[in-house]
Amino acid sequence: MNLLEVRNLKVYFPVQHRLFRRATQFVRAVDDVSFIQNAGETLGLVGESGCGKTTLGRSVIRLVEPTAGSVLFEGEDISRLSGSALRARRRKFQMIFQDPYGSLDPRMTVEQIIGEAIDIHKLARNSAARGKRIEELLKDVGLDPTHAQRYPHEFSGGQRQRIGIARALAVEPRLIVCDEPVSALDVSVQAQIINLLKDLQRAHGLTYLFIAHDLAVVEHISERIVVMYLGKVVELATAKAICRSPRHPYTQALISAVPVVDPDAKRSRIFLPGEVPSPIDPPSGCPFHPRCPIAEARCKTEAPPLRELAPGHRVACHLAK
Amino acid sequence: MALLEIKNLTLEFGSSRSSMRAVDDLSLEVQAGETVCMVGESGCGKSVTALSIAKLVPTPPARYVSGQILVENRDVLRMTQAELRTIRGGVVSYVFQEPGASLNPVFRIGFQIKESLELHRPAAATDAEVVRLLKLVGIPAAEYRIRDYPHQLSGGMQQRVMIAMALASEPKLLVADEPTTALDVTIQAQILDLLRDLKKRLGMSILLITHNLGIVADIADRVAVMYAGQIVELAPAHALLRRPLHPYTQALMRSIPKLGSDEARLTTIPGNVPQLGAFPSGCRFHPRCSKAQMDCSENSSALIEVETGRWVRCAYWREGQG
Repeated sequence: MNLLEVRNLKVYFPVQHRLFRRATQFVRAVDDVSFIQNAGETLGLVGESGCGKTTLGRSVIRLVEPTAGSVLFEGEDISRLSGSALRARRRKFQMIFQDPYGSLDPRMTVEQIIGEAIDIHKLARNSAARGKRIEELLKDVGLDPTHAQRYPHEFSGGQRQRIGIARALAVEPRLIVCDEPVSALDVSVQAQIINLLKDLQRAHGLTYLFIAHDLAVVEHISERIVVMYLGKVVELATAKAICRSPRHPYTQALISAVPVVDPDAKRSRIFLPGEVPSPIDPPSGCPFHPRCPIAEARCKTEAPPLRELAPGHRVACHLAK
Repeated sequence: MALLEIKNLTLEFGSSRSSMRAVDDLSLEVQAGETVCMVGESGCGKSVTALSIAKLVPTPPARYVSGQILVENRDVLRMTQAELRTIRGGVVSYVFQEPGASLNPVFRIGFQIKESLELHRPAAATDAEVVRLLKLVGIPAAEYRIRDYPHQLSGGMQQRVMIAMALASEPKLLVADEPTTALDVTIQAQILDLLRDLKKRLGMSILLITHNLGIVADIADRVAVMYAGQIVELAPAHALLRRPLHPYTQALMRSIPKLGSDEARLTTIPGNVPQLGAFPSGCRFHPRCSKAQMDCSENSSALIEVETGRWVRCAYWREGQG
């Protein structure tokens, strides 16, 4: 069953040029993106900085207002909800942020941080139930419940990320958007958090929209992966297919650029000339054509649709086979 | 003769009454034309060691307790300010993690590169030389870019400008502290290619600090793995990545997800990275080590050469070896 369906989602940010002049240009952060996410699935979202992956993640849960398109959550369009109707739905989707230092209020104790979510959605009958629930959540994420009265600065980066996860879990959400949840952590702690996220998913039937730039981490945790370039989806397939037999030339270059630990691995790096163009004035036709090693004349004029090349493997490229 | 020779370096922060040892008895050599990587997690002392090479760590709060840092056989730690100025930039140049924060936002990049030329190679302080340097690091349309301000460049281009500035003085050693951590993988690949190419063409040595073992495999000749202020393993990069000997290196390599592998669950290292000033007794890795024995909490082991060129700080490194 699909839990989340994103249809033709667009998020444009106006660029103000001069004082008193109306915006005439827009940053097309997310440009006509559609995908379906099944319940209990982890969908990875990868791409380089500025490709719109974070904006997409945030607009799906209405932290950023979509410009056009719709987001269907459990079959209901949440992109037009407002006020109390939206607030009630918000319990169903939560977010885990990248920076475990910036995303926790330094003046609140762990108990207050987690309890705030419980209070807002009135999830505990009385203070005893509230305390018990917080204790349970801390145990779930592998923290000592006796530390509930401590402040964030008393914890290490990995432990803080666990607090952030407990806060997200407190309202029993169905979908959690994880925006680079391990990239600020030390290598030896990353694996702990990745395993924790997997365990919690199994125990609570969670669905993750997992945003990260580290392809190996995304491959490890995701069932399917969406690759974005300049606000558009360029490839969507199973994690295995994306990482082992990518079909879009951009995905191929991206995979080939990941440094591999194995010193004997034979690999040929696909060199991408130039840089990602500005999303204010994206190239005509296929947005990747100026850097693409196999681009043809029609790539400059015709935007390629997302075609299904194999069952479940969609690629936006005229030439991909 | 080694270009850089760090001998038994010990560095502490704080007063003598409450001192925290950030680097403990560290010895490392970099030969001319060699690329050495220092790998470790936050607080292991890798950055402070790198900064010490040109004595860039302010004293106080830091204190050099003992040791020598020989650059071309002269001890940096005993140099006067005037002597240090000839080393800084002249022999040893730096590239830091965040190019955006390292460039001065109010000056054009051409001016900033020329400033470095005026200091170290006054005869070559011309626009033509600046353009040549920018072309060397692969900046397109360099003639026009010299009039750009840093904010007009992307992160990858800013890092190229930083490298151009570091190369302006024709250093013998380039110290790069996480030079690609803030960049995307495709740009990271470009910068690593650039460093490898420059090393070949200019015969520089590179000391590269990173936490990414993939980068080590890509670029390093030798690698030093650091943990809690000490080198725990030092070896040729290829040999270390193929067969790590120290339990920390082994655990670190197992805990990283690898592209294209099928592992269902990652092997973790329990616990957290030890904080500065609270390093465990005995072997500093023992609380997190799966191979720790009874006496590991008491006896600290020395860095010993177990095979030619391979050094390991673990009394039980043979356990579990084939």
